[in-house]
Parts: sequence; structure tokens; C-alpha cells
Amino acid sequence: MTTATPLMLASGIVKRFGALVANDSVDLAIGPGEVHALLGENGAGKSTLVKILYGLLQPDAGTLAWEGRTISLKSPAEARRLGIGMVFQHFSLFEALTVAENVALALDGTEPVSAVADRLVSVSEAYGLPLDPRREVWRLSVGERQRIEIVRCLMQNPRLLILDEPTSVLTPQETEGLFATLARIKAEGCAILYISHKLEEVRRICDRATILRHGKVVATCDPRQESAASLAQMMVGSKVMPTRHEPVLSDQAPFLRVQDLSLRSPDPHGTHLSGIDLEVRPGEITGIAGVAGNGQDELFAALSGEILAARAEVIILAGQPVGHGDINTRRKLGAAFVPEERLGHAAAPRLSLSDNALLAGHATNGFVRSGLVDKPGTLGWVDRVVAAFDVRKGPRDPAASALSGGNLQKFVVGRDILRNPRLLIVSQPTWGVDAGAAALIRQALVDLARSGAAVLVISQDLDELFEIADRMAVIFHGRLSPAQPTAGLAREAVGLLMGGSGFGPGEARARDAA
Amino acid sequence: MRLVLSKRENSSRWMSLLSPLIAVALTIASGAVLFAAMGLDPAKALAIYFLSPISDTWALQELAVKATPLVLISVGLSLCYLSNNWNIGAEGQFVMGAIFGGGIAIATHGVANGPWVFPAMMLAGMIGGAALAMIPAMLKTRLSVNEILTSLMLVYIAELLLDWLVRGPWRDPKGFNFPQSVMFEAEAQTIRLTSDGRINIGTLIALVVVVLAAFLLSRMLKGFEIRLVGEAPRAARFAGFSQSRLTWTVFAISGALAGLAGIIEVGGTMGQLQPTISPGYGFTAIIVAFLGRLNPIGCLIAGVFLAITFIGGENAQIALRLPLDVTRVFQGLLLFFVLACDAFLIYRVRLVRSAPQERSA
Repeated sequence: MTTATPLMLASGIVKRFGALVANDSVDLAIGPGEVHALLGENGAGKSTLVKILYGLLQPDAGTLAWEGRTISLKSPAEARRLGIGMVFQHFSLFEALTVAENVALALDGTEPVSAVADRLVSVSEAYGLPLDPRREVWRLSVGERQRIEIVRCLMQNPRLLILDEPTSVLTPQETEGLFATLARIKAEGCAILYISHKLEEVRRICDRATILRHGKVVATCDPRQESAASLAQMMVGSKVMPTRHEPVLSDQAPFLRVQDLSLRSPDPHGTHLSGIDLEVRPGEITGIAGVAGNGQDELFAALSGEILAARAEVIILAGQPVGHGDINTRRKLGAAFVPEERLGHAAAPRLSLSDNALLAGHATNGFVRSGLVDKPGTLGWVDRVVAAFDVRKGPRDPAASALSGGNLQKFVVGRDILRNPRLLIVSQPTWGVDAGAAALIRQALVDLARSGAAVLVISQDLDELFEIADRMAVIFHGRLSPAQPTAGLAREAVGLLMGGSGFGPGEARARDAA
Repeated sequence: MRLVLSKRENSSRWMSLLSPLIAVALTIASGAVLFAAMGLDPAKALAIYFLSPISDTWALQELAVKATPLVLISVGLSLCYLSNNWNIGAEGQFVMGAIFGGGIAIATHGVANGPWVFPAMMLAGMIGGAALAMIPAMLKTRLSVNEILTSLMLVYIAELLLDWLVRGPWRDPKGFNFPQSVMFEAEAQTIRLTSDGRINIGTLIALVVVVLAAFLLSRMLKGFEIRLVGEAPRAARFAGFSQSRLTWTVFAISGALAGLAGIIEVGGTMGQLQPTISPGYGFTAIIVAFLGRLNPIGCLIAGVFLAITFIGGENAQIALRLPLDVTRVFQGLLLFFVLACDAFLIYRVRLVRSAPQERSA
């Protein structure tokens, strides 16, 4: 592989965004027919590099060569003409259109939709990616939507297929299916650039790995010759402390009890919740696993009080029915919340940290006296959160958007943990956060539970839940499985639940029939 | 070759204070060019326009009278705009305030009355302005109707209602058939502060409103709520603030302030209702709000500046025989430059040469 001309060779790629150097003289060589991993933490510059390879961004310096010939890619259309296909992490599909219509739109030709549908069926069968061309996209699961994107690329006979974090939205079983497909694609001689931060996957399916850190290439290696720990160390630059966590089961009465919660999503393409039962006990971390878009957002909104329940008794908090109580009523009863979106939901981007402390704490932290805001009080709170959670920042009270993802996440988690809540509900606590911050946040959640608080973690990261949760339930199509002790729970069993088996008929069928 | 607007990483606080001043400077410079093109001496014309309104105490009082409604209205509009509620109908709320307050003055005309009349008129004016502003608020919160359109169209309804009233039921029977109401009694006129000019209690009220609004925005939880709803609606919901309740609140406040400005103006400068009572204060206040950076103190400064253009325009009409439309041109130029300076504040403009074309593969 080292002797042959690389299929794609990027040399000395530099890309700046203002003061930030996202790619700093990056070299990358992808051989024909190889599965090449691009490894790195969030913010290491992986996405910037692949956007350059796909013609979405133009490098400030450096060159690209395709089969030894220097090229400049001004648009994705040019990249596609060369034979480069890309499957994005966030799909670009029209929900109201059918599978075939979506694919036909992406193909640059004038082929009629019926012909596209025929070709789509044959390609999808050949690669083991079953798809019904006539179904509307909004009816499909995330895994099926990803199949559309992959088939769409394969129909253009690519020579290089770029996949951006493809397994982050899949169940373990769907991941196996994807790997089988990738093996077939590779056998046909197509090269694959596989972007991930999941080390075990990379070691399993990749021939070579390029590791990025802070925009620079720190190593190129054969991942099969490395251990997950050594890859992690190259990726992070230091040893990552594992979370100290011994699963325990609490026998205390639940602090939060949800009984038969059903909710219509306000979003027309959202997921309705149906018949959710859940208990969260003091001293424990209860985890809710599930593939994105199965009702996690709606569940968080219902539990936090951003959407009120139909009946007050369906949510019992500290012994009181609060289904009709707004978020501050629930906060005053000892609950605290950390939503998934840092910027725009948990924090207002352009407001200062002290304003953002006020945002979550104005009802509970004594920041407000007879309508007046205690500015020194909020600023003092910011200082305490910053010290306790190692939030790195420049000035004393910067705008929330000036912090990096990991530091802002530490702040929004910390501002609520520090007030010693009796219940913490957190969604995707470490999504898009660097390994150091993620470890600190996970440890803080475990410590909070051990100090006697009830903790509910909604996460799509199954590894994370196995690391910190004492009990685990799975959400699928707006329904929730019973929570089971994590100790002795098999990944495969959780994976099957995430794919919907074991839930019986109900919402799933209702959705299909709609 | 193409122009690319790219977002700046961080915009400096100094520049954001400086940008309205740059806009004012550019407006004056364009004005000089405009006057020169019309064959006038730019220096003399600009002096009449911008210096004569601040040259003596009488002129300064006139300036205060003109600035008062602009400041009152623009402070209310700032609260709306900060919270993403686009009330464009302050002109109508101004007129409605004059109708409600004027109604009391006409009803008590010729009857024994006391010093309670003008305060009652101010209260009625605030209720009238707020009532009209509640209509777009209700349509927005209940039916998701765009408030820009509804508030703007209600302006015409309020203006035509006033027009009909002064030509019909409220016409002065002894007024030689002129379309105007009776002259208000002394108790129904805005309380004057001096004996030699027209400055009235409205100016003091406007100053108090500026201080209260500045305090509200910087120190109170309600002010934080207003800023947060405008900045990040989802985060505001997470904070437990109700967006629709806030929409009602800010529309009510801004409507009440516009209505108050309306009755103060009618009671202070005209002393009666006429078919047209405003030279466009409600619309000019939009410029004032943005020139003042949606900040109450900024609105005070900007309101005084815009008042200068009103008076300068009148002076120029007399001294230079320029049409009053020149004032409108000035105000339009000013808003244009304010928005343009803001665009440069947020974005960086680059000229990108298209890369040399590759040979086709």
C-alpha cells in the first residue's frame, strides 16, 4: 500500500477560521481499496478535513491529489464527479418525500424517478441495505435513513466513500449490519474514509488510521497493531482516568415516579410518548438508552415541565403530583435539569456566564430579591462553579459562546450539581465533549448519586451508560422498557431493545399504519 | 469575483458604541453632498439644519417638545424589539392614545372640572394605546399571525378613526366646519413647565421613563427575561419564562407609552384633535430605537438627535425654501447608515477573486 500511488493524497492542508487553526499542515494518504480511519476528539479538525476532501470547504494552503494528479475541488458536485461520496452525520433528506424521490434529487442527471427506484432496489439488495423506495422518509428509523444516504452514494459508483461517525446513531445490531456492508463495498475496490472516535470499531474494520489532535496529525498507524488504550492516548494526548463506579442498587423510595405518561409531541415530525412508567431512586443513576429521535427530547421536556402533562398525577416528584407544574415549580422541589443542547437551550450564547447562572437558578438560588437581580451573587456563583468544575475561560464573566464545548458543558452541568439537587435529569451529558471534560462530568454524576441524589441520564452513548448507570431502560418509538440493573445486563439485550424487539405491537405499528 | 460576508469572531464593545456616531457622521456628510447638488452652500445649510435647533432657549424647549414623544415611544419599542416582538404600529398607538385621552377632554368640555382631568386623560391615553397594541399581541400568541403586518395595518385604522371622529361626531360645532374638535379647557391641556415656551411635563415623564426602563433592563429579573427571550427563546423556556405572556407585556407597555406620548402631544402643542396629529413620530421612533441600540439611555440621546432633524427641517423650509421631505430623506439616510454600520460590525466583507479555473478532467 505504501508503494502504490495513493487514491487521495492531501498534503500540507491548512484551514483557519478566524484565529482558530482547524487544520494545521495536515497530511493524509488514502490508498485504493483501503479502509482508513480518521481518529480524533471532537474539535480535533476531522470534520474540517473531510469537508475539504468533499469540496465543501477550500483549504487556505496545501494541495489535494487524486491518483497522483493535483486537483482543486470547488464544490461537492466536482467531488462526486471524481467518484467521492460522503455520508454525513446529520442527514440531508426531505422528510415529506419518498426514498426514491430523495435519491433522484441528489443524482445530477435527469433520470425519471421510476428508473431511479428500480436501480435503487437492485443496488440496495446487492449491498444488503434493504429499502422500500416508495416510503416517505419521515416514517423511517434513523438507521434506515442512513441506508438511503449510503445507497445514494453507492448509486454514483464511488471510488472513495467518506462516512462521518456512522455508528453514532445505530444500535449494536445495526452497526454489525453496517460493517458487513462496508466489507462488501471494500471488496469491490472502493476505498473508505471512516471518521470516528470509537476505538474498538476502528480496530476492527480499519486498515490504517490517521490521528488528529488540535488540528495536527499526531500519528499514522495500523490500528490493529495498537490497543484501544494506546489509540486513546494518542488521540487525547494524555492518559484518561476511567470513572470510579461500582454499581449499587438503592432500596429507598423513588424520588421521581412517572406513571403512564403519554404526550403528543408539538413537533409534527416528533415522537409521541405513550404509557411511560419510570422510577428514579435516590443514590442511583438510572440510564435511558435509545437511538436518537425515539422520544428522548419529548421525555426530557415532559420531565422538566417545559411541556406540561395532561394529568398532574402522572409525574410525582418528592411525593407531590407535578404534572401541571412548570419547570421552576419542579426546581423548587429539588429537581435540576441539564438539556442536550448546550447553546440555545441550556445557555444563551451571547449572554454572560453570570446571566446564564441566573437563567437556571433564578427560582432556587436566591439570586433574586423582590424582582431585583443580585449581580454580585450570580458572579460569585459563577466563580464557585468555575473552581469546582475546572471550567477554563479567559475573562471572569465571558459570553457562553466564548467557551469551548467541553468547558461550557462543565459549566451547565456544574451550575446545577453545585446546588445539591435531590434529582438531576441530564440529557447527553458528554455529547461532543473532549475526553477530559467527559471523564470529569461522568465522575461528578456518579459522585452526586453516591451522595444521595437521584440521577437520570438520557444518553445515546451506550458505552457511557454501561460505565455509569446502575439501572438501565431503553426508549423506543416513545415507549420505555422497564429499568433493569446494569450489572449482569448484556449489551446485545440492550441493543435488541434499542432496535425495537421486545416492545410488542403498539406505537411502532401505529406509526407504520399512519 | 464576488463579495463575501463572513461573521466576525468577536465584535468589540467600543465599536458597537461608536457605530451610531459613525452613522450620524456619514448622514451629515451625505447631507452636505445633497445640499451641494441642490446648489446650496453645504456649510450654511447644515448649520441651519443642525445648529439652529440648539441655538437659544426657545429653540431648546421646542427640541424637548419634539424629542419627548420620540423618546417615550422608542423606549417602549426597545423593550419589544429586545424580546423579538416587532411592533411597527406605534404610530397607530400614538393616535389611539390621543383619541382616548382627547375623548375625556371633549366630554368634560365646558363642565366644571378640576386638576384631575389631565391625569385622567394621560391614563386614558395609555389605556387606548395599550388596547390597540394588544390586538397584534393577541393575534400573535393565539393564532401565530405575524405582528409586523398586523401592528402596521392597525396604524391606518387608528388614523382613519381619528379622521372620521374630527369630521363627524367630535367636530367643533362652532368651528366654521373645519375638521377639528373643540379647544381643550385649560385643565385638559398638558401642564407647562415655563411661561415663555412650550416645554411641558411630558419631558419630565420621558426622563423618568428612561431611568425606569434602564433600571428594569439592567437590574431586574423582568429585564433579564426580556433580553433572554430575544436572545434564545428555547433557553427562556428552560428558565421557566413564558414567551406569550411576555409578548402581551411588552406590547402593552410599548402601546401605553405610545398612547401617553399621543395625549401629551395633543394636549401640549395643539390643544385639540385634528385629522393629522403626528409628523410620523411612531415610525421615526423605530429609527430612534435602533440608533439608540435598543438601550433606554441610547434612545434618549438618539431621540434628541432625531428631534433636531425635525426642527432643522422646518427651519430649512423657512430659511432655504427646501421641501419638508428633506427631513424624511435625512431620517431615511440615517436609518440606512445605522443598519449598514451594524452590518459591518457583525460581518467582515471580503472581496474574493474566483480561483483560476481548473482544466476540466
